[in-house]
Amino acid sequence: MTVDSSTAPTVSSVAASLTKRGHVDVGDGVFRFALNAAAVAVLVILGAIVVLLFKGGFPALKEFGLGFFLSTDWNPVTEHYGAGVMLYGTLITSLIAMVLAFPASLGIALFLTEVAPERFRRPIGTAIQLLAAIPSIIYGMWGFFVVSPLMASTVQPFLTSIFGPIPLIGMLFSGAPVGTGILTAGLILALMIMPFITAMFVEIFTSVPPVLKEAAYGVGATMNEVFRAVTIPYGRTALVGAVMLGLGRALGETMAVTFVIGNANRIAATLYSPGASIASTIANEFPEAGPGSMKLHALLELGFSLFVISFLVLALARALVRNRMEG
Amino acid sequence: MSKIHLVAAAVALVGSLTVPAHAGDFTGAGATFPAPVYAAWSAEYKAKTGSALNYQAIGSGGGQTQILNRTVDFGASDAPMAPAKLESGKLLQFPTVVGSVVVIVNLDGVAADQLKLTGPVLADIYLGKIAKWNDKAIADLNPGVKLPDLAILPVYRSDGSGTTFVFTSYLSAVSADWKGGVGAATSVKWAAGNGAKGNDGVAGMVKNAKGALGYVEYVYASANKLTTTSLKNKAGKFVTPTVPAFQAAAGAADWDSAKNFDASMIDTAGETAWPIVSATFILLPKDPKDAAQSGEVMKFFDWAYSNGDKLAEDLHYIALPKAVKDRVRAAWKVEIKDASGAAIWK
Repeated sequence: MTVDSSTAPTVSSVAASLTKRGHVDVGDGVFRFALNAAAVAVLVILGAIVVLLFKGGFPALKEFGLGFFLSTDWNPVTEHYGAGVMLYGTLITSLIAMVLAFPASLGIALFLTEVAPERFRRPIGTAIQLLAAIPSIIYGMWGFFVVSPLMASTVQPFLTSIFGPIPLIGMLFSGAPVGTGILTAGLILALMIMPFITAMFVEIFTSVPPVLKEAAYGVGATMNEVFRAVTIPYGRTALVGAVMLGLGRALGETMAVTFVIGNANRIAATLYSPGASIASTIANEFPEAGPGSMKLHALLELGFSLFVISFLVLALARALVRNRMEG
Repeated sequence: MSKIHLVAAAVALVGSLTVPAHAGDFTGAGATFPAPVYAAWSAEYKAKTGSALNYQAIGSGGGQTQILNRTVDFGASDAPMAPAKLESGKLLQFPTVVGSVVVIVNLDGVAADQLKLTGPVLADIYLGKIAKWNDKAIADLNPGVKLPDLAILPVYRSDGSGTTFVFTSYLSAVSADWKGGVGAATSVKWAAGNGAKGNDGVAGMVKNAKGALGYVEYVYASANKLTTTSLKNKAGKFVTPTVPAFQAAAGAADWDSAKNFDASMIDTAGETAWPIVSATFILLPKDPKDAAQSGEVMKFFDWAYSNGDKLAEDLHYIALPKAVKDRVRAAWKVEIKDASGAAIWK
């Protein structure tokens, strides 16, 4: 094979094109500027949101003080606003979601990485990913029209019959089975964050060096023992981080929760009772909040507190995931 | 620089897609309740005149904000605006159509309008004081009806809404306990029951749960054939939710002494009047930035007053009495002025 020296690029011709510095510099500069602008824009927008929420919510904080976060009285008629019910609703629904989603995600992830035959892994994995792509409004409508009636007719009476007689725990599963409420909201949230957490778990489990697992199998460990002694401890911090990222999603979920939480500004001992979350309250009340009204300030303050909670959870998650990467 | 140009171009493109630039087009934003009738009027008006209304149903609170900031040509609100706010915002408020709120139930063997309720009983149900269907207070009103030993699930609107404002205004008018304990607003602190978003949410939840009771706009109940109830009016008669009963209430309202057209149609005295009826309002600047645009708005509603009653009634809204419409036209002439102080509506 011969090289036609007249058309092939030579070192000198490449060097010559590179030395057309003017042209290269302009393109570079514009590109660099666009990248910088994009990066700065993110920070500016984030900062603007924080400032706006804080400024908008400040009058409510000034009016009610720290009692705003403790009071459970949200009364638009008397213009007294307290975020206690919403904070409780947000945290308890997210907690239920975590309690349900964590074991399920762990099981699916271990199945996909360790147990499932190779040819099933991809289709099952894809199906779970697809669950994550369903818009939250669809989860909400499905929850409202399908899951809630099912909860009322079957699931809640069943849970009451099992847990009802147990002291304390029985209290959580008492009351009229209406269908919508805290428990149903938690369940729908669990379904929504499960695919997300599962995907991260799979990622973490596949990152466990095969040599560790093979060594464990080599010394006669069973599959169960390898899970418990090698795979899970190896990824423990990252697993917690993944769960926290899922929690971050659950905290801010709006439409699906609004459909099924029952929307009542009350706290009751039972999980069947209706409640409200920060996001659902904002979605419900914002369109009718009058200009400059205390209600609007209180809603913005709610938004600010959700922002702070989510920020803390995500920061913790990040730290835990990074910790694992470096360790 | 090029980035800014690009953004400007994109904004212009989006803008040109959403707001067709046509002379005589005008914009409004606010209440969701009258949105269907405004859309129907707008479609026919455009066919006749070529001018289009771009109405965004963003909620009454949003509508009030937008018109106070003068970002739209008119605002729309279900609940009347506070007189002081109308004053400071230099806004004229006038009604367009009348709507009514009805009570719906989910009870086996109970036909539409068969169940009889009174205002105080309804208030006690929403206060959680009457918790069972076979409670004596309900049974006494309904001698022939077999009422089950079943918990009542009161369902309310979770989103702030004009419907809730009207319904709670009614409960406040008929029950001292309600007035003192809860009050009237677009959203209130409910003592019992579950909240659902929108009319369809309330209807859906009532449909889902046996023993549920809720309130929705008549427009919605009628279109979806929901099981409504009868209510006792101020004259002591049980009335069924029908268009003549709503018209009777609109006719019985005291428009003469009403300020800002805020005539109460709640629990009026007429023998045949339905007790939960209310108008929905338009908010128009008294000192419009663009007199021509405001003129278009008034032309549109003038046309709707003259030609829109049939369309409104097809959609189960109630048209205003003619005397009220004339009163609104007179108010336009007196109140809405251009920059030179001359009346825009002639």
